[in-house]
Amino acid sequence: MSIFVNENTKVITQGITGATGLFHTKQALEYGTKVVGGVTPGKGGTEIEGVPIFNTVAEAVEATGANASVIYVPPAFAADAIMEAVEAELELVVCITEGIPVLDMVKVKRYMEGKKTRLIGPNCPGVISPGKCKIGIMPGYIHTPGHVGIVSRSGTLTYEAVHQLTTRGIGQTTAVGIGGDPVNGTNFIDCLKAFEEDPDTKAVIMIGEIGGTAEEEAAEWIRANMTKPVVGFIGGQTAPLGKRMGHAGAIISGGKGTAAEKIATLEGCGVKVAPTPAVIGETLVETLKEKGLLEACTSK
Amino acid sequence: MNVHEYQGKQILKKYGVVVPNGFVAFSPDEAVEAAKKLEGDLWVVKAQIHAGGRGKAGGVKLAKSLDEVRQYADELLGKTLVTHQTGPEGKEVKRLLIEEGLPIEKEYYVGVVIDRSSSRVVMMASEEGGTEIEEVAAKTPEKIFKEVIDPAVGMLPFQARRLAYNIHIPKDKVNKAVKFMLGLYQAFVDNDCSLAEINPLITTRDGRVVALDSKLNFDSNALFRHPDILEMRDLDEEDEKEIEASKYDLNYIALDGNIGCMVNGAGLAMATMDIIKHFDGEPANFLDVGGGATADKVREAFKIILSDKNVKGIFINIFGGIMKCDIIASGVVEAAKQISLDRPLVVRLEGTNVDLGKKILRESGLEIVAADSMEDGAKKIVQLVK
Repeated sequence: MSIFVNENTKVITQGITGATGLFHTKQALEYGTKVVGGVTPGKGGTEIEGVPIFNTVAEAVEATGANASVIYVPPAFAADAIMEAVEAELELVVCITEGIPVLDMVKVKRYMEGKKTRLIGPNCPGVISPGKCKIGIMPGYIHTPGHVGIVSRSGTLTYEAVHQLTTRGIGQTTAVGIGGDPVNGTNFIDCLKAFEEDPDTKAVIMIGEIGGTAEEEAAEWIRANMTKPVVGFIGGQTAPLGKRMGHAGAIISGGKGTAAEKIATLEGCGVKVAPTPAVIGETLVETLKEKGLLEACTSK
Repeated sequence: MNVHEYQGKQILKKYGVVVPNGFVAFSPDEAVEAAKKLEGDLWVVKAQIHAGGRGKAGGVKLAKSLDEVRQYADELLGKTLVTHQTGPEGKEVKRLLIEEGLPIEKEYYVGVVIDRSSSRVVMMASEEGGTEIEEVAAKTPEKIFKEVIDPAVGMLPFQARRLAYNIHIPKDKVNKAVKFMLGLYQAFVDNDCSLAEINPLITTRDGRVVALDSKLNFDSNALFRHPDILEMRDLDEEDEKEIEASKYDLNYIALDGNIGCMVNGAGLAMATMDIIKHFDGEPANFLDVGGGATADKVREAFKIILSDKNVKGIFINIFGGIMKCDIIASGVVEAAKQISLDRPLVVRLEGTNVDLGKKILRESGLEIVAADSMEDGAKKIVQLVK
């Protein structure tokens, strides 16, 4: 099993003819993802990499039966692209685009209320269930199928963690990048809940960073609801106050949202936090050993 | 992006938010001219820097005569103000705001933020004006009132009224406070603010509701649709290297250490700083070259790092996803050819097109220390700069 995506997920790429959209569509096809269509307004009726292009998401869904989309549309138009996909009733929308104005996302979130679509991102690497479906920009080859779930606010740091697991023979059920923006679709708790319910996932890695209180809220949820072990890491332990560290959401404002605070809360809720990003894998291995889960997690 | 107080007030004025009459001044002469244009016999001379805590640092003066205006302007211009937000090096005052003095009745706080948990714009208000809101939140959280705003309809008058009553705005001024708050909300959303703080908002003995101070921050992601705000950017308030980096759309933040860092992805960039510190090194900067970086961008990033005289060595840590390792490698090689690389360089490459990237570096003839992992790289660079 896996969460959010599986071998039956049929994906359309919004912004398929842009350089980034095209590159990653090719990569997804190579990985074996069922990319069934693409959307670029004005290029409907043509084809690229053997994938049919449509003018609108609704047309693409009607023609292909897609149930998910991935968005590589530039930031000024990305909010519109998300809402178009929501209107077409896709189950899952993954928005990779970085740099969407936060007030656009406030509107998107309002628009999505009461709708069935799950949004992952924006400003995220996407979601992958190794061997089944890759939606997004993560390098496929570092992943391997298995039993550990990963949820993270950072893209490259997720790759780092996945790489550490794969090289230790530990596979992944699903890795979800929820993105580095202050207002996003899917949060830590949504993913933790899905991993808790997924019978194949035996343990979870949660990677947070400075800014906001999402990690603290997730920690409380873990304490109250999670039966599976969770290992954490928090980036930005050395970040200065009041500076936006690349991600729009990664800023310590008014002394709130520091790494120290988050680590303390997580540990207080039973989450073992890796002291450096280089030992996320090792910390998980130790925890799995303690819980007698290592063998289950190193088998396929 | 930040703007000065006087610029924020210019924006607010357009939305019917009452601000004191005032003019910006760049010299003592201009300060006196500004004061002459204002009615009354009391003026406020305010240092304009992008940092709070100016009052306590001596950056706000009350002048009772034109001579005093000149005297204070003379004192403040060119002075380095050190506040709790400037850091120990402080900031030099280059602009002043000369305002009319007002008969203050009482001070309040009003702020607008984007609340992450509710994904909504929230207006907060408190009758503890003049104090930092974080302090009020810590000591007397019950004195902060919040209204969550639905973006579909915007801030509603009843919400503003409720805030005004909750913070005990005198009855005869409630309607003015409502108009003030609705204007503030509209200014916030129309200009893509990320923060708008009025601290203090004051009521005056002559019946006005006025923004005595203003702090507006803008969402950098939305500046593409606000060229007027982009024009207000004051480069004197920013680090030179950060300005250079922003020209190439690089996320760069200058720090105090001696190990230059080039990383892709904000999370990994932060984590790279953390691991350097863990092995007793000090990062000289945060630098996320971003996902869509070209070789040109990487070359410029490399130059910016090398332009920092404190940098004794560089650590490049790349886990390619959207970013391809060969692009990073080409950019580094090109930059090292243009400017002689005189400091140790440790490179760790992993991810998309990693083999091609490693090949480019290997064949470049540059003296590069290869690292197998981020830990290995961090240890090596810390050792090399010792």
